[in-house]
Amino acid sequence: MNYRKECYWEHFAHEADIGIRGYGNTIEMAFSQAATAMIAAICDVSKVKPMIRQDIYCEAPDNELLLVDWLNELVYAIAVRHMLFSQFDVNIENSCLKATAWGEPIDISRHQPAVEVKGATYTELKVNKDSNGKWMAQCVIDV
Amino acid sequence: MDNKQLTQLTEYSWKIEPYGEMRVPAIIYADADLIDQMDDKVSEQIINVAKLPGIVSAAYAMPDAHWGYGFPIGGVAAFDPDNGGIVSAGGVGFDISCGVRNLLTGLTLQDIEPVKKKLADSLFRDIPAGVGSTGHIHLNKKEMDSMLEGGAQWAVESGYGIPADLERIEENGRMSGAVPSEVSDHAKKRQRDEMGTLGSGNHYLEVQEVVKVYDINTSKVFNITEGDIVISIHCGSRGLGHQIGTEFLKRMVITASQHGIILPDRELACAPLLSAVGKTYLGAMRAAINCALANRQIITHLVRKVFKHFFPEIHLNLLFDVSHNTCKLEKHIVNGKEKQLYIHRKGATRAFSPGHEELPTVFKQSGQPVLIGGSMGTSSYILAGNTGNDVLSFSSACHGAGRSMSRRKAFKTWHGRQVTDELAERGIIIRSPTSRGVAEEAPGAYKDVKAVVNAAHYAGLARKVAKLQPVLCIKG
Repeated sequence: MNYRKECYWEHFAHEADIGIRGYGNTIEMAFSQAATAMIAAICDVSKVKPMIRQDIYCEAPDNELLLVDWLNELVYAIAVRHMLFSQFDVNIENSCLKATAWGEPIDISRHQPAVEVKGATYTELKVNKDSNGKWMAQCVIDV
Repeated sequence: MDNKQLTQLTEYSWKIEPYGEMRVPAIIYADADLIDQMDDKVSEQIINVAKLPGIVSAAYAMPDAHWGYGFPIGGVAAFDPDNGGIVSAGGVGFDISCGVRNLLTGLTLQDIEPVKKKLADSLFRDIPAGVGSTGHIHLNKKEMDSMLEGGAQWAVESGYGIPADLERIEENGRMSGAVPSEVSDHAKKRQRDEMGTLGSGNHYLEVQEVVKVYDINTSKVFNITEGDIVISIHCGSRGLGHQIGTEFLKRMVITASQHGIILPDRELACAPLLSAVGKTYLGAMRAAINCALANRQIITHLVRKVFKHFFPEIHLNLLFDVSHNTCKLEKHIVNGKEKQLYIHRKGATRAFSPGHEELPTVFKQSGQPVLIGGSMGTSSYILAGNTGNDVLSFSSACHGAGRSMSRRKAFKTWHGRQVTDELAERGIIIRSPTSRGVAEEAPGAYKDVKAVVNAAHYAGLARKVAKLQPVLCIKG
């Protein structure tokens, strides 16, 4: 999970909810890893088969608001399509995000989903690039 | 929590004097141990709340306060619309009108013991719970708007329950001022399959035994005695409320500067009560309150059907239904003057004291029932609003135990199966679609609810009436 390669994700502690964090060489990779971290808060991502496609589009005034929008569009897709996702292809241009997520319908016995994500919050919300050029995208999700 | 900046007022109350941009003091109700266990983020967040425009008297933290987003969970704050007061989507929370409803059965543990397992299986089968579960009721556009306008009153008119239920629900089961047209299509679509569902996380349905009565007179009014079996339902406004919270948090972040509001933190996003965004949010948020009230009413109907099968002769009456994530317009006396204030309670329960004009006749002398949920293996409590709490906390009390351990750590510490088995040894049956969910909600991941309730009692917020012990628990 938390291995040192070019992109990865992790959870960080929050008292009532869960902090999610994605790293990548590009902002797109960091966003896609943050999405994986969010799904991992719900279930074991490796058990979600990337079979059905969901297109997502959103735009926001800055990268941080864009991260929250991206995650919330996924939360919406999970809720109305009763699906979980495991693969993400993200493109960002001029604060516009176009992405494709792949997943499958929720199978309660196989996926064992622990929590329902109510929404991504602005708590601990950060999107930045470090001096080595690595991107990090994080926030707390309300579960 | 670092208590250096706290001034101890009494054994159960602490004050942070205003400094910097704080407009009012912050007051925390807790004993020294609870203060010790509280995250530093609670003081940071309650101080930030005290900086918001139009705040009145003080920003309050209840004994179960913990780190939330923007407002702490267990936060209470009143805002004056005539003095630039604001409404905050984060100050209400994503799960708008999440709350607890308690039903009386008139049964004892002896009555249910022979059918306990079958009862648990039937409740688990008939009450949709968990991620991805769908309800049996699918509303069309017109019905959705009627539900958002009518709340539990709509549910009763639609055949889910009886008119007598309504006087035992806050607002008589219908929050006025709801504007269904201010609720987005996205929010309505998210609710399409979720009416009458319990949700997941810390939401549950529990069958409990009254194991101790502290206040005989009040317990008589509440119609509970030691040995009684009661049912608690803990859930909220489901996807509709979550979506409204999400959308308005963003709108309030973007529009704050237009209203001249400098946010100490983006998560405190808010809008003046009298602004277009503020008014729109209030209309949508009140519709979400009605959604939660209708949801708990439908679940009550499903629970009644299950109990009718096992005990055809009984009827489950409501004790009361409280919401703990709301913003409500209420009359309060401030500096000797009556004011109309918008009270945010985030993870805090309204607790009207004896004699309050908004209480139903039956509770006029006792005060409002305050229903406090524990975790699945620990006790829950029934309290009553205490005389004088309007001055202490704008008539508010705590709402639950509050977590002491993150979900991630709990999942690493326990296995779901192990938690279920340990509880079974103590006679508590757990039914849940997810073993990871059970591990994350393990009793050991929560604070001691007893300490929280005692602090609320001794601080004068609400009086202890009875203690409940779980018998079986349906966990989403």
